[in-house]
Amino acid sequence: MAYVELEELRRVFGTDVVALDGITISLEAGEFVSLLGPSGCGKTTALRLVAGFDRPTSGRVVVDGKDVTDVPPNRRDMGMVFQAYSLFPNLTAEKNVEFGLRVRGQPRAERRRRVRELLELVGLGHAAERYPHQLSGGMQQRVALARALAIEPRVLLLDEPLSALDAKVRVQLREEIRRIQLELGITTIYVTHDQEEALSISDRVAVMYRGRIEQIGTPAEMYGAPQTPFVAEFIGTMNRLPSTVAGEGWVEHGGTRLRVDAAAGREPGTRVLLLVRPETMELAPADGAAPVENALAGTIVTHTFLGAATRIRVDVGEGEITADVPTARAGQFAVGARVHASFPPATARVIELGEDAEAIVAAAQSDEG
Amino acid sequence: MVAVRPRRFIAPGAVVWLLVGAAYFLIPLIATFVFSMRHDATGKCCTLANYGTILHDPAFWKNIKTSFILSLETIAISLLLLVPTVYWVHLKVPRLRSVIGFLALVPFVVPPIILVVGLLDFYKGTPHWFYAEPYGFLVAAYVILAFPYVYFALDAGFRAIDVHTLTEAAHSLGASWPVTLVRVIVPNIKTAAMAGSFLTLAIVMGEFTIASLSAFHTFPIYIQQVNQDKLYAASAVSLLSFVITWAAMVALLFAGRGRQVQVGGAR
Repeated sequence: MAYVELEELRRVFGTDVVALDGITISLEAGEFVSLLGPSGCGKTTALRLVAGFDRPTSGRVVVDGKDVTDVPPNRRDMGMVFQAYSLFPNLTAEKNVEFGLRVRGQPRAERRRRVRELLELVGLGHAAERYPHQLSGGMQQRVALARALAIEPRVLLLDEPLSALDAKVRVQLREEIRRIQLELGITTIYVTHDQEEALSISDRVAVMYRGRIEQIGTPAEMYGAPQTPFVAEFIGTMNRLPSTVAGEGWVEHGGTRLRVDAAAGREPGTRVLLLVRPETMELAPADGAAPVENALAGTIVTHTFLGAATRIRVDVGEGEITADVPTARAGQFAVGARVHASFPPATARVIELGEDAEAIVAAAQSDEG
Repeated sequence: MVAVRPRRFIAPGAVVWLLVGAAYFLIPLIATFVFSMRHDATGKCCTLANYGTILHDPAFWKNIKTSFILSLETIAISLLLLVPTVYWVHLKVPRLRSVIGFLALVPFVVPPIILVVGLLDFYKGTPHWFYAEPYGFLVAAYVILAFPYVYFALDAGFRAIDVHTLTEAAHSLGASWPVTLVRVIVPNIKTAAMAGSFLTLAIVMGEFTIASLSAFHTFPIYIQQVNQDKLYAASAVSLLSFVITWAAMVALLFAGRGRQVQVGGAR
């Protein structure tokens, strides 16, 4: 049985602002689930409903088989780390961590032991006597994590805890959060708009959009098999090619027939979105040699150095596609050169395009423009 | 290599302005002090006899005690009323801030004579221990008088902290509303509360109109009476009241002193 269940949670502000439109998620005990989505998608609203800071318009929150929808936040036993620095400015790191234990009336010796343990766990044993303003942002969030864990919460809630930190500290701290979560085996809900963050530390990721869950799955599923145009757009970089099914295992894009295994079994003439990851694209010079199979012809527009790989954008007439090629080979594809961009038929995915999906694609393409 | 801390210089212009400012405040005090040392009968300088006369006058101590107790009572009631109110407004109904800000200006625009007549009429019929005693009626009036000072000080204090996040953090750790208010919010607005308290103390220690019109004997009434009878001694009383008020403020500061709370981001 699931340990935490969000059942048909709906939250409407005022009369018509639907922040959350009936989301349902189940978490197993000890699972780490991220709610991922752009600003305004409802992820923080969902987290606040779980924490008890807000009440749902309808639906319920169940923890360990008990409905806690109407339980006030101070009786839910949920530890929370906030986006904003939330340490009590008048208390030292040690006293901050101790706060929840004092409220619970734990004996002093027990409190001291637990506080020391937790500060060591987050690597801040040496900073126990420091006040929040004497700590860096990353250290403050570590103390906040220790404080949330001190009360041995049933569920740990993290609301974009790393968004105010610089990139290097963010990567370091997210790995620590995952390490600690695995060590303690605590059920965790993590809210973020950073897909890399969500994919790197979660057991499962729920992508949210307009108050709904678009797709939920393991990071590999979300990356490799997006089921909606929005997820395809949001997770990673994806070439999205509006196409038409042109036979068993074939699609047509801009007059070019392309072999795609995932198109098999679809009605010819169906409008689809062909999804190809940049790292699966192959580039070959279009220098009059034998035609390349499964390829779109185009002209190289830009190079972007990413380190081990270089991202190359190719104008294929009906838009641009992106290919990640090893940096060592990138030199042979000069800006302005004619190339063939191909992909293995088994690596591409296909999503049927409804009206809504067409709008998302159009919006995404106009953003790029 | 040894780091050399750069020497700090104060610009000559700043020194001049500092001296001008100091002169503005100090010259009247020095003049009052010199005046207070004139002999009561001859008018010649210099004697401390006027200070002796005042300090040995039981009425001086009685009235200053009355005003000091009135101040503390006013401060306590104002803070008890306003800290939870301002907290709630900031947390739950921030749009009411402008309304309360407007109401807080009312004591500034209503002349004390109107205020005291209105209050005397309003409280007519209340029990004797309230209506006829300074610690009842006068405190009620002084709380109104102190309202803008305490409110704006607290409002600034609450604006300087993230009330929502601190409250939610405390709740998520199991704190109830009273625990959150007492252990989390109050310590973080202490500086603002102290500022409001100092202003209230200064106002109540010097308030004359309401006390006089409602026929209570407070310290300012005493000063006025001394002023009528003994010209030089009145200056001594004024200076003593100044010193005592400042001493009271310092005492309050020490009483409420804790580690300086610094609100803000990371180091």
